[in-house]
Order: sequence, then C-alpha cells, then structure tokens
Amino acid sequence: MAQTKKSELLTNPINLNNPITVQVLGICSALAVTVKLEPAIVMAISVTVVTALANLIISLIRNTIPSRIRIIVQLVVVSFLVILVDQVLKAFMYDLDKALSVYVGLIITNCIVMGRLEAFALGNKPFPALLDGIGSGAGYGVILIVVAFIREFFGSGTLFDHQILPDSIYIENGGFYSNCGFMLNPPMALILIGIVIWIQRAKVKELQEK
Amino acid sequence: MESLSLFIRSIFIDNMIFSAFLGMCSYLAVSKTVKTSVGLGAAVIFVLLITVPVNYLLQTRILNEGALSWLGEGFEKVDLSFLSFILFIAVIAAIVQLVEMIVEKFAPALYGQLGIFLPLIAVNCAIMGASLFMQQRIELDPSDTKAITGIGSAIVYALGSGIGWFLAIVLMAAIREKISYSHVPAPLKGVGIAFIVCGLMAIAFMSFMGIKL
Repeated sequence: MAQTKKSELLTNPINLNNPITVQVLGICSALAVTVKLEPAIVMAISVTVVTALANLIISLIRNTIPSRIRIIVQLVVVSFLVILVDQVLKAFMYDLDKALSVYVGLIITNCIVMGRLEAFALGNKPFPALLDGIGSGAGYGVILIVVAFIREFFGSGTLFDHQILPDSIYIENGGFYSNCGFMLNPPMALILIGIVIWIQRAKVKELQEK
Repeated sequence: MESLSLFIRSIFIDNMIFSAFLGMCSYLAVSKTVKTSVGLGAAVIFVLLITVPVNYLLQTRILNEGALSWLGEGFEKVDLSFLSFILFIAVIAAIVQLVEMIVEKFAPALYGQLGIFLPLIAVNCAIMGASLFMQQRIELDPSDTKAITGIGSAIVYALGSGIGWFLAIVLMAAIREKISYSHVPAPLKGVGIAFIVCGLMAIAFMSFMGIKL
C-alpha cells in the first residue's frame, strides 16, 4: 500500500468519511456525553483507543477467525478492551467515570467499533487497520468536541468548568446576558448535530443525498 | 402502583431515544418506512423482554458482591461486577441467536418480517443500554421511582423501554414518510433533517417530565 494511502486512512474519516456525519455510526454516545467538554474529550480518547486496538487485534487474527462466529469473536475482543478502559477510568478519574455512567460500557455496542472491524480490519493488514482505527476515532472525537464546546459555552458559560464570560455581563449583575439553559437539555444535541451535518454538506456537495 | 409508575416513566420520561439516545444508529437507518420500523420496534421489545430479566438475575445472583455466598464459606466477599460488560453482551448475543432460530422454526411468517433485523439487534445499543441502566438502578434506594427492586420490576422496565423505543421509531418513520414529499434544502436531505426532526420530537417529549404518578 502506497504512502499517500496510509495518510488518507488517518485524514479521510475526519471530514469526507466522518463516522458520525457521513456514515451515521456511533451517535448514541456522541449525543449523551456532550453536555460538557471534559467528558466529551475523555469519551473521544476512550473510543479512539478501543477502535484502534480492536482493529489491530482483529486484523492480527483475521485469518484464524471462522466467518460464522466472527461477530462473537469481535464482541469478546471489544468488551475485553472496554473493561480495561473502564477499570482505568474508575481508578484514575472516578468522578468522570460516574459522569459518563453507562456510556463507557456502551462503547461495546458502539457501531463505529463494530463497523470498522467488519468493514476494514477483517480484510486488511494490522498497520493500516491500526491507522484506520485511530482515524475513525479522531473523526468521532472532532464532532464530539465541536458539539460539546457549543453546548458548554452557551449552556453554562464555561469551558472545562472554568468560567469564560465575565460576571458583569449577566442579567443578575446588571448586564444583558443569560445562559441558554436549553443547550444543556438532550434535544439540543440532536439539533446541533443536524446543523453540523447541514454545514458540512453545504460545503462538500458530493455528500448530499438525492 | 409503583410498577405502573415505572412503566409510564420508562415509556415517556426516560424514553430510550429521546432522553438517553440509545439505539440511534438503527433508529436513523431503519426509520424510512413505517412498515419496517414496526418490525424492528417489535423485535426490540421482544429481545428486551428476554435479555433484561436474564441479566438482572445474573447481576443479582452471580456478579454482585456477596451474591455468591450460597456457594459456601469464602465466597461472601467475591465481587465479580467488573465482568458485567462481557457477560451481558455474551448473554445478549446468545439470546438473539437463540430467538432467531426459534422464530425461524416456529413462526416463519414473523421471521420473514423480523428476519434481517434480529441479528442487527445484538449490537443495538438500546438492548445493552437497558441492561446497563438496569444494573445502575438496582443500587438505587427502593423508594425512588426509578429503582428496580425485583425481577418483576425488571420485566416492567424492559417492557416500558421497549414500548418507548417502538413508539419513537414508528412516529419518526411516519414523519419521514411525509417529509419525502416536501422541499428540504439539499444539504439537509436525509440524515440532517432526520436529526433536527428527532430533536424537535425530543422537545415535545420533554413535556412529559413534569408528570408525577
């Protein structure tokens, strides 16, 4: 495989082949963890690690997996990795692990992981598979961070829990501004992703559906 | 009375799609026509009704700390709860496979309708999510309306979440069938408008939040 192709494996999922906005995979967790920036970044890193390592492992053993039982083999590999991630989070970032609640466990059924395993790792060599996993995870992470940034900034006026907007502009202190509490509610995540898709497809015409 | 409250809550207030976003992938991919979405919705209810109670028993009888004390002395302190992810997903995959075989054998007509959806369900986050939420809710105080206190309420919770998911996907499919006749801006066509419609529906479902039973 040529060198250019390898770099495309990393960069394609970030825009043209984005897992969330183009392939529409892995949305469940993308919506739920984006109230604040910090859990969103942790989630993006966890998903990248799991996708990359699962891709690598499955690609290493791809010739020994009988195709009839491949789904269950993939599930076992992925759940093993997710248990590791969960235990690490519990040990070092207990509060964040509580904030992410069930969504860490749901990485197992995250369609990005399974989708990349099925579509790429089963038919490719380990190194490209690893790159593909990292790329897909990064594409997922970009959308997560964009949505979380908007929701946290407009919803609570903070970034990483540090207040950004000065106190004096708030209505309570005689200013004109107040936080849009609605941003923190689940429906806004859906609408924001819809808008992200809208902007992306207005720029990249070939992605539009007929 | 408590189980009625749990039932209504899990359909409307803690709706799988609109408040927890579980099963979104298949929700967006399959909700193009009402007929197929009814099939997938029914399959989800069916599989939830079996997997959540089974996983409840696993969690309370085997995985929880001290749950293995019936094996004899020395087992009181065994805590296997870190294994729950892998056990839950194994149970779900096995049950989906079993259900598929049973339905194929005894109800070929139903199999024809559900056929393609059943294997998909093994990796549907709504199924795994319901089991994980169930696991969280076991630890809640029994007076909490969300708490799952026994196998009975586990079944009620599974049925409620399943019906909530069914309702959400059928409503969405009905709206998308109508949308295909209207002029949507080109970049929004397909998935984009589906997300926004889903968000608006979620806002409508938020109005159930104040209900107390």
